[in-house]
Amino acid sequence: MNPEALIEIDHVTFGYDERRTILNDVNLRFARGKVTAVLGGSGCGKTTLLRLIGGVHGVNSGRVVFDGEVINASDRAQLYRLRRRLGMLFQFGALFTDLSVFDNVAFPLREMTDLPESLIHDIVLMKLNAVGLRGAARLKISEVSGGMARRIALARAIALDPELIMYDEPFAGLDLVSMGVAAKLIRTLNDVTGATSLVISHDVPQCMAISDWVVLMATGGRVVAQGTPAELMASTEPEVRQFVRGEPDGPVKFHYPARPMAEDYGLPAAGGGVAP
Amino acid sequence: MNALAALGARALRVLQGWGHGALFFLDLIRVLPQALRRFGLVVVQMHAIGNRSLLIILASGLAVGFVLALQMYYALVTYGAAESLGLVVNLTLVRELGPVVTALLFAGRAGTSLTAEIGLMKAGEQLAAMELMAIDPRARVLAPRFLAGVLAMPLLAALFSSIGILGAWLVAVGLIGIDGGNFWSIQQNGVDVWRDVGNGIVKSAVFGVICTFVALYQGYETEATPEGVAYATTRTVVMSSLAVLAMDFILTALMFSTR
Repeated sequence: MNPEALIEIDHVTFGYDERRTILNDVNLRFARGKVTAVLGGSGCGKTTLLRLIGGVHGVNSGRVVFDGEVINASDRAQLYRLRRRLGMLFQFGALFTDLSVFDNVAFPLREMTDLPESLIHDIVLMKLNAVGLRGAARLKISEVSGGMARRIALARAIALDPELIMYDEPFAGLDLVSMGVAAKLIRTLNDVTGATSLVISHDVPQCMAISDWVVLMATGGRVVAQGTPAELMASTEPEVRQFVRGEPDGPVKFHYPARPMAEDYGLPAAGGGVAP
Repeated sequence: MNALAALGARALRVLQGWGHGALFFLDLIRVLPQALRRFGLVVVQMHAIGNRSLLIILASGLAVGFVLALQMYYALVTYGAAESLGLVVNLTLVRELGPVVTALLFAGRAGTSLTAEIGLMKAGEQLAAMELMAIDPRARVLAPRFLAGVLAMPLLAALFSSIGILGAWLVAVGLIGIDGGNFWSIQQNGVDVWRDVGNGIVKSAVFGVICTFVALYQGYETEATPEGVAYATTRTVVMSSLAVLAMDFILTALMFSTR
């Protein structure tokens, strides 16, 4: 166990069924107190990685270690004990639509602690203030925008001051201003609370701006590269260059693997026919 | 051989489904004490589930009472037994129609609503969010709803039977002209609190377990897509209704056997 790493992904292979491998022999270390971004295109296994850390699924082989303890997805007591130490921001917030903004943030405090209501009130307002939404405390969830919902979910995720905060696509679907606000919040919260942050995203500029360490994954659950943002930006590796610069041509193909085009259109196979 | 293998695979899948459902039921029973300790959550759900079904239960009960009085009168008057109309209507409602029709209406109204609510919570990752907050969604979301459904069903069935008897009284006394005193006194003499009313309550409690469990299970296990939720709500109505009708026959045979 590396004392600097809060999370270790050790030779992890995982698939939802036997035919499809999502993560393939992945080895990663997420440093304590740092912001680590895991970048990659859609379907490369980023969110699955978060779910394995949260113990939602068990690994097929290898091990996931949380602060020196191997996560066993079938041991409910252990899982719930470890989950009390993490907070997660879901891609679409996963807010409880029947509760107000205030009650959403108060939810984990009311469920997981015996704190008096007066103290819960103060903590909730403090968390909402940290995300700039103290004034929205009494609004219904149906009355807030997508960006606000993401920030409310963040306030809820940090309500119990977790040691690890996991962000699943925190910038997806946000306008530029909301995106900048979200990125600044992630960095600030990490610095102020001293928590370890793990950001899953495909937004290169925002992640490069706020992360201490960046991991780049590719289809098939492979880790292509990792390093500081500067190192990745300067990389000459074709796959890395294509992703961080958003180039359409490169090792990652635009077309999903298919039969030759002539076959699909029922044409005679001519020499020089184009098949993606 | 292929057909045989397919049949075997299908049978295994069905058995696997039953086993999964049984384990889920045991798991739900295991977390019930947690819901009992926070009875406020159960009361909130009872209010929601009861209110959702009240109007349709009362309207149906009244209509069934009206029709039952008319139909029974036409049959009984042929044999000169029209004076026993009140008793026949009462026993029909309290023993059978009250629990069964209430359960069928409950499955269509509150059951589908529960399935859709839980299914959409799953699709919106609210259940996953709870799991990752170390809060068991079975204890926090399912158990209070289950208890509420089981407690609400006998109350709704009692209301259905009561309003049905009242509807029958309106038709029998107001329309047909049967003596009001006779309508009530024959019920007082012929209806046994434990054998008739008590068994009706037991039936509706069993139907409450069936309908609420099926609704919650279908919602919790649904595929988190619009089609999945739509399919789950349909399955809730079909499975609840068939299970209620089958269980009604078994309970009636056990409770009212003349041997």
